[in-house]
Amino acid sequence: MADLSVNFAGIRSPNPFWLASGPPTNSAYQVMRAFEAGWGGAVWKTLGEPIINVSSRLAGFDWNGHRMAGINNLELITDRPLEDNLKEIREVKRAFPDRAIIASLMVDPIRERWHEIVKRVQDVGVDGFELNYGCPHGMAEMGMGAAVGQVPALVRENTEWVAEVSEVPVIVKLTPNVTDIRHTARAAVQGGAHAVSMINTINSLMGVDIDTWIPIPEVDGMGSHGGYCGPAVKPIALHMVSDCAQDRLINVPISGIGGISTWRDAIEFMLLGATTVQVCTAAMTYGFRIVEDMIDGLSSYLDSRGIGSVEELVGQSLPRIKAWGELNLNYKVVAKIDQEDCIHCNRCFVACEDTAHQSIHPQTVDDGTTLLVVDEEECVGCNLCSMVCPVNCISMVPLDTGKPPVTWRQLEAQGAVHNIKIL
Amino acid sequence: MNFAKQLLSVIGGVTTVKIATTADEILEPLKKTVYQELSDFDVLQEANRCLFCYDAPCIKACPTHIDVPSFIRKITTGNMTGSARVIFDANPMGASCARVCPTEELCEGACVLSEESHSIRIGDLQRYATDWVRERDISLFVAGPSTGKTVAIVGAGPAGLSTARDLARYGHKVTLFELREQLGGLNTYGIVPFRLPAEIPLWEAAQVTHLGVNANTGSKIGVDISLQALVDSYDAVVLAFGMGSVPRLNIPGEDLHGVWDAIDFVDKVKRGEDVGILGERVGVIGAGNTAIDAATCSRRLGVPHVTLYYRRGEQHMSAYKFEYEFAKQERVEYRWYSTPKRILGEGGRVTGVEFVKTRLDSDGMGGMRPIAMEGSEYIEPMDTVIRAIGQSKLSAMLQLDSIGVATRAGVVVVDDQFRTSNEKVFAAGDCTFTKGQAEAMVVEAAQQGKLAAASIHEYLSL
Repeated sequence: MADLSVNFAGIRSPNPFWLASGPPTNSAYQVMRAFEAGWGGAVWKTLGEPIINVSSRLAGFDWNGHRMAGINNLELITDRPLEDNLKEIREVKRAFPDRAIIASLMVDPIRERWHEIVKRVQDVGVDGFELNYGCPHGMAEMGMGAAVGQVPALVRENTEWVAEVSEVPVIVKLTPNVTDIRHTARAAVQGGAHAVSMINTINSLMGVDIDTWIPIPEVDGMGSHGGYCGPAVKPIALHMVSDCAQDRLINVPISGIGGISTWRDAIEFMLLGATTVQVCTAAMTYGFRIVEDMIDGLSSYLDSRGIGSVEELVGQSLPRIKAWGELNLNYKVVAKIDQEDCIHCNRCFVACEDTAHQSIHPQTVDDGTTLLVVDEEECVGCNLCSMVCPVNCISMVPLDTGKPPVTWRQLEAQGAVHNIKIL
Repeated sequence: MNFAKQLLSVIGGVTTVKIATTADEILEPLKKTVYQELSDFDVLQEANRCLFCYDAPCIKACPTHIDVPSFIRKITTGNMTGSARVIFDANPMGASCARVCPTEELCEGACVLSEESHSIRIGDLQRYATDWVRERDISLFVAGPSTGKTVAIVGAGPAGLSTARDLARYGHKVTLFELREQLGGLNTYGIVPFRLPAEIPLWEAAQVTHLGVNANTGSKIGVDISLQALVDSYDAVVLAFGMGSVPRLNIPGEDLHGVWDAIDFVDKVKRGEDVGILGERVGVIGAGNTAIDAATCSRRLGVPHVTLYYRRGEQHMSAYKFEYEFAKQERVEYRWYSTPKRILGEGGRVTGVEFVKTRLDSDGMGGMRPIAMEGSEYIEPMDTVIRAIGQSKLSAMLQLDSIGVATRAGVVVVDDQFRTSNEKVFAAGDCTFTKGQAEAMVVEAAQQGKLAAASIHEYLSL
């Protein structure tokens, strides 16, 4: 059995699966249920000056009959008194000393306010802090959350204030609502962060009811923009995690967040540089029990590959993430349609014909049936046909171009980019 | 004379059906599974349709309480070993049950989607997940640390194997005593090969012996070893023997050549043994699952006319609905409200059966019983008669009273902890089934084995 335990910037956890700060970690009752189900850690719902939440506050993004490809939320930080939360955190830590309990914090960007809350919360025995510089809605209007997280100088300054008094590791949770997350991540590290986590929710507006013209979710006939998360945001999160993991100025562990629903998702985040992963939407969709298969599946995966410790996965795919200009322009794949498995829906044909490179041609054979045949000369290897195929019968096969690898950068260096014919 | 030729000698040229010419061709239909092949695409679509209910009704509807949503979710995440482990953990006969369970009455019948659209095909998904590990011969469990305690189990059918599997996981040293040459009991010998090929229960049994369980096959209790010797030399004994042969009809002509016991018939067919001449017309007496098995076997052996005769009506038959439907698809015919009066013969061989029509009348105890209607006799020409009117109890043969185990009407009396009247002796499965208490299903036997093992473990841990 592979070792699933992780050491995240000094925070130890029996497995890399943490619940992200949010509705699932609002109370001791919930976090204890989660720990009983097997979660390795939990980031407590953001503590601060309690606010008043609106009703309603969540909306699901349904797509093609599938519910909750994403969630948009208008919920803010905790609406419960700090004393209550602290008492409950202490209880949970006592009941589950082996699990990681991280307190998410958000206060006004004032040094004294940060000092005060950090001291009060670390007294109850949390394993670390996560500074919430991310929520794009509500709190940002009050100068907190993303209002801090979008400005590197503020990220650095606020983090410094926390690091001055914190006796436990400090994680900075970053907002994706920026042009380049590396700038705010670097600022966090410069401010003394021991780790970063990403992504917080993406600014969004879930929709409008076309019968009533009222935005979704509705608050007394009105709506507002909110934070978007769930499976639909995973590719955005993966990009940001890998960007930070490759940046030499961000040399701290990363906790990956964004659409993680299964052990497979978790492995992807880890291969791209995350040491732990945080989950919220999947738990909100199915309950805490989903962690059982996450642990079981991850463990089997590691065992099947003879990997002793889950930490060995961290960052393994990073050397394969390159700038576009470093990709081999002489590599070519072409679509290959398995005629045995093809169900003749012609989706690949129309996708290629209308929107790609007109490389799939119907051919009527002797018995009168029509086969779809790929013209390997015309096919540019874009993948589209294999992506639309409902039965996964199209594979992309490398073609020997007989040419040595060459990148755009190399062509630029040779001064050849304006003479593309030499390719 | 080989099987093919014998069959040919009777039916060859006489009928219009296509006649097989080699033994292989004759046996081919017996191997042709009744289950459709499951494509990965289909399985993934179906698994993703599952709502992953919490506290799901399908779990409650399964006698072994398999965590159905969990095993299905694991299919969707590609954790196939984990999926199969969930199934087999709850049900050591999970692969067999995926094929023989009346799922529409159990898990699938409880599926919440049955109201809005149609139930998840739980049986198919279970078959897929269990096949996945079986085809790769993945061992899912390990024996527990040795407790030094020993347990003897009489009978290695679903109940015995299930008990053995869990006892081994608890760390007890288990020895199975099985009369037959192979393990698996009814699943191996008694269910038609096109529904449950023997390789499946045999693999399940191997998963059990793999845990260090000894299997004494071909072992006859009372001849090779006495029950008393088991009680004396083991820390606990489990009675998990099944049922015996089909009782006689007790009508004239029963000893004619061509009269079969359905259990014996299916057993021989499944093992590929020669069943001799069946002729053109086979009549099966009874309407339970074994009757269906005997009838469909006969059809697949090429018999053109196979008819089931039952003394009650269609709505009273004890066969599962899916078995009944299957038999109809196999073009088995039915005659309701008919009971055999005598078997007719010529030259020592069956030529027909005289039936009498029945009607149901109050039995004076709130039930209905069939009454023969005088003067309604009719004769059906027949070459083979297969009786399938239930199975006899084996308890008398084993002389259970010699070890102080009480029986009632041939059924071993157990309490809710599967304890018999001898504190060292436990019992599970068919030998404990009393009509009306529990359904004598494979899945029920597996569950009883599991519960009995837990009870024995508690007893041995005292």
